[in-house]
Amino acid sequence: MGNKQSVFTPQQLEEFQDCTFFTRKEILRLFYRYQDLAPQLVPLDYTSCPQVKVPYELICGMPELKDNPFRQRIAQVFSEDGDGHMTLHNFLDMFSVMSEMAPRDLKAYYAFKIYDFNNDDYICAWDLEQTVSRLTRGELSAEEVSLVCERVLDEADGDHDGRLSLEDFQNMILRAPDFLSTFHIRI
Amino acid sequence: MSLQSKGLEDEARGGRGRVRSSCPHTGDRSGQRPSRKLDPKTKAAPGRCRAWPGRTERTAGSSRPGSPQRKQLERKRGHELLRAPERSSAGRTRDSRRKRDGRASLKEQSSSAEKKGLPRKEEAWEQLRKPRSVSLASSGSGGESLSEEELAQILEQVEEKKKLIATMRNKPWPMAKKLTELREAQEFVEKYEGALGKGKGKRLYACRMLMAKKWVKFKRDFDNFKMQCIPWEMKIKDIESHFGSSVASYFIFLRWMYGVNLVLFGLIFGLVIIPEVLMGVPYGSIPRKTVPRAEQEKAMDFSVLWDFEGYIKYSALFYGYYNNQRTIGWLRYRLPMAYFMVGVSVFGYSLMIVIRSMASNSQGSTSEGESDNFTFSFKMFTSWDYLIGNSETADSKYASITTSFKESIVDEQESNKEENVHLTRFLRVLANFLIICCLCGSGYLIYFVVKRSQEFSKMQNVSWYERNEVEIVMSLLGMFCPPLFETIAALENYHPRIGLKWQLGRIFALFLGNLYTFLLALMDDVHLKLSKEEAIKNITHWTLFNYYNSSGWNESVPRPPLHPADVPRGSCWETAVGIEFMRLTVSDMLVTYITILVGDFLRACFVRFMNHCWCWDLEAGFPSYAEFDISGNVLGLIFNQGMIWMGSFYAPGLVGINVLRLLTSMYFQCWAVMSSNVPHERVFKASRSNNFYMGLLLLVLFLSLLPVAYTIMSLPPSFDCGPFSGKNRMYDVLHETIENDFPTFLGKIFAFLANPGLIIPAILLMFLAIYYLNSVSKSLSRANAQLRKKIQALREVEKSHKSLKSKAMARDSGDTLESGSKNATQLQLTKEETTPHSASQSQTLDKKAQDPGTASSAASRTVPPAPRSLPGSRPPGVRKDSGQARSQAHPWRSGSGKSAQRPRH
Repeated sequence: MGNKQSVFTPQQLEEFQDCTFFTRKEILRLFYRYQDLAPQLVPLDYTSCPQVKVPYELICGMPELKDNPFRQRIAQVFSEDGDGHMTLHNFLDMFSVMSEMAPRDLKAYYAFKIYDFNNDDYICAWDLEQTVSRLTRGELSAEEVSLVCERVLDEADGDHDGRLSLEDFQNMILRAPDFLSTFHIRI
Repeated sequence: MSLQSKGLEDEARGGRGRVRSSCPHTGDRSGQRPSRKLDPKTKAAPGRCRAWPGRTERTAGSSRPGSPQRKQLERKRGHELLRAPERSSAGRTRDSRRKRDGRASLKEQSSSAEKKGLPRKEEAWEQLRKPRSVSLASSGSGGESLSEEELAQILEQVEEKKKLIATMRNKPWPMAKKLTELREAQEFVEKYEGALGKGKGKRLYACRMLMAKKWVKFKRDFDNFKMQCIPWEMKIKDIESHFGSSVASYFIFLRWMYGVNLVLFGLIFGLVIIPEVLMGVPYGSIPRKTVPRAEQEKAMDFSVLWDFEGYIKYSALFYGYYNNQRTIGWLRYRLPMAYFMVGVSVFGYSLMIVIRSMASNSQGSTSEGESDNFTFSFKMFTSWDYLIGNSETADSKYASITTSFKESIVDEQESNKEENVHLTRFLRVLANFLIICCLCGSGYLIYFVVKRSQEFSKMQNVSWYERNEVEIVMSLLGMFCPPLFETIAALENYHPRIGLKWQLGRIFALFLGNLYTFLLALMDDVHLKLSKEEAIKNITHWTLFNYYNSSGWNESVPRPPLHPADVPRGSCWETAVGIEFMRLTVSDMLVTYITILVGDFLRACFVRFMNHCWCWDLEAGFPSYAEFDISGNVLGLIFNQGMIWMGSFYAPGLVGINVLRLLTSMYFQCWAVMSSNVPHERVFKASRSNNFYMGLLLLVLFLSLLPVAYTIMSLPPSFDCGPFSGKNRMYDVLHETIENDFPTFLGKIFAFLANPGLIIPAILLMFLAIYYLNSVSKSLSRANAQLRKKIQALREVEKSHKSLKSKAMARDSGDTLESGSKNATQLQLTKEETTPHSASQSQTLDKKAQDPGTASSAASRTVPPAPRSLPGSRPPGVRKDSGQARSQAHPWRSGSGKSAQRPRH
């Protein structure tokens, strides 16, 4: 018990439990994971909320993320300044959204952010090309990629403006049978 | 937040002005005097006096110099009159306050949070005002009536806040903002929920709130606890992340199986074995509970025990041990009846649980069929499994995604590739032909071997091989046929998920053949024993008769009864069947473990350590590492369960052994998979419902029900062993109980119910009901399909409509397009300096804009919904805001107001 108390105050733990989908134990585990990433950076006492950021390279070195083609985007979306460096809060946010318990709407919102590479609030053809080339490690030819992007736009673009808005995306992802099971990181 | 937007908000809230008017008071006062909420009535007047200066200072600071006088006025007149004039100041103070402590007062937040914030403060004011009005106006009756609805309002607000707290984790906000909001809401709730109600009611309410809080905490703890109670969750998740969901589905199935077996174990042990051990006649008291004299010397040898002979055979683990006494012990427990009912309920429970889980699985997967419309979208956005945390798995996932994209592209480009279709068709027919040949061959082989073994059994002095020929041939077939099938199935070129199902079906057929030959041989044995039984019965009678009537014994002293070990007895076919199943289960378990140890672990060790001193690459080349054999393992599990179902009636201890087996195999296989297997070459997701496994299980359950039901219904039980000895048929125990223990009218009712004249109409009725329900569900699904088609058509129409419109608009504004789109890109350029991809993105956009071929399409994309899509045409306030957000660069903030707010609701 002593160990737990020294990292967070009970109140902090309660608040984290209210703000994430994690239990107390999981939060502590996540904290230790976070602390392990940069033991010399992160203090073992968070009762005073120190402003510490773990650099992007360490975040992406986590086994949960290191094989993910979208790890850079994930880190950027969840980090405060979009540069991929994460505070503990960002870290908790990220895994909360990616947890099993998070509702589809929330996941869809962040998935949209992740696939929106240029942060313009729309998934345009360029974003789609990025997505495809990351998914296939660039093994598709240019024509194939553009064909795929065209087809995706054709399928999911509800208002026919040549790009996917959040609404389009949610509309599409609502019907995806696998979305909840795949957009999910276990920690 | 800029002044403009504040003004806009104020306007928007004009309708609620009256409500808002009192915000500043409460905000300040509640902050200053938290103690007041405890007993507002007593402290009302002095507290208020103390409060004024501080509050007036703040309100004055926020641009309303005249407020102190107003407060005094208010004191004289009472509250109602004052609300309206105070409105604007309240709004501004509120806003300024929000600005002050709103560390993250953002655009998104503004609409919902302020909507909530507003009434909150208002009712806080009302709440505080209420005691004052009571103290001022001594009558207090008016205040009472008013406070009722206010109370209700406060209650509502508190509930709303609580809802906000409960759903805080669903909001797409960063943690800092969530924490702030959470603290505010919690403070509010804490402040006002205790103050609700008066006197006794208040205390009651506070108490209730406390209980509610405790309850929430308890529920949370309980959920945590429940999550921890799911056994092997972490292990399975670990495997899932390394090997994909298809391998994990086997382990989930194994866990489910373990649960079912645990229930069966509890049923059998609790109702049969433990009563018998506690209350039944002890070992050695009657012949059926004693090892015969001839066997006693070797009865404790390990080799004998290993074959489940000797002391194990004459123990409560087997059918023959049970006595046919109607009741045992001081509880007068009806053991034969219990034995029969438990045997029936094992099947009943298994059927029920299998069918229930099938139904719940199929209910979960109703929302399919939409996937045709979004093939590419789904592939793009949901095909990457974020769970993958292993570079090998990731590699194969990349490969499979690429191939699946390529497949879809090929499908898209040319939907008819004739010669390929013919080739695959031919190959599939060929593969099926080959596999049917294999099955027929193995069937004939088994038949041949069984025939031979029957001849061998008549002969004396047979060798070890000849005695065990059937088992050896069957396990060899089981070992070599599945890989052969897999090799042949490679011809068919199915998707691995479908291929897995075919493979499962084929091995199922093979195993089923083996199982039923085994059963037939067993049946022959049973019939042989039954035919000998009459003779043995006579011998027993004769022996006993001789023993008691023999001469040379003093007639006056009754002779001590014959020692139970010396009484000749029948072969007890039920125990023999039970032993057979017991042996089969144990040998099956051992074979499985040894296969894993040799085939997976030793192979992996060999490949790993011999690789650097070998002439070719072992890891990539021939032996390599083993893949986890899903189909073989699933079928092994299913058939093992079939054995358990069949054998548990004659060997109650079998379920206990099976529980142990499942437990060990869970740990052992988890270890083996993680240590010595590699992920499949083509990682594929398991189908969402594992109803295929369940269907096979149901089939096996039905098939194992048949022989048991046959033996119970149509074979006479042994005369000298088991709970039903002495009866004509096993189910006679039911008649007996009904006749002797139930009142006569119940017996009559049962007899009436068993009448064929009633049963046949009942069956007919059931058929009719099934037919009716089936047709109803069919028509419903047809209606569903039609509706889906309609929606599809509507969508198409809408799409074409919109595209026509946009094209028309594009044509209208033809000239301005180029400049407009360029403008847009430039704006985007300036706007997105922070993002790393902006430069290349704008380049591509520029290219598109300048390229004459794509100009119109690019234009149609960007221009028509001008106010939303063109950043240049945004209203200044909005743009400023979003620009600010971008510079601060909260990723979630960069959404335009509309889109960002959506997920909240």
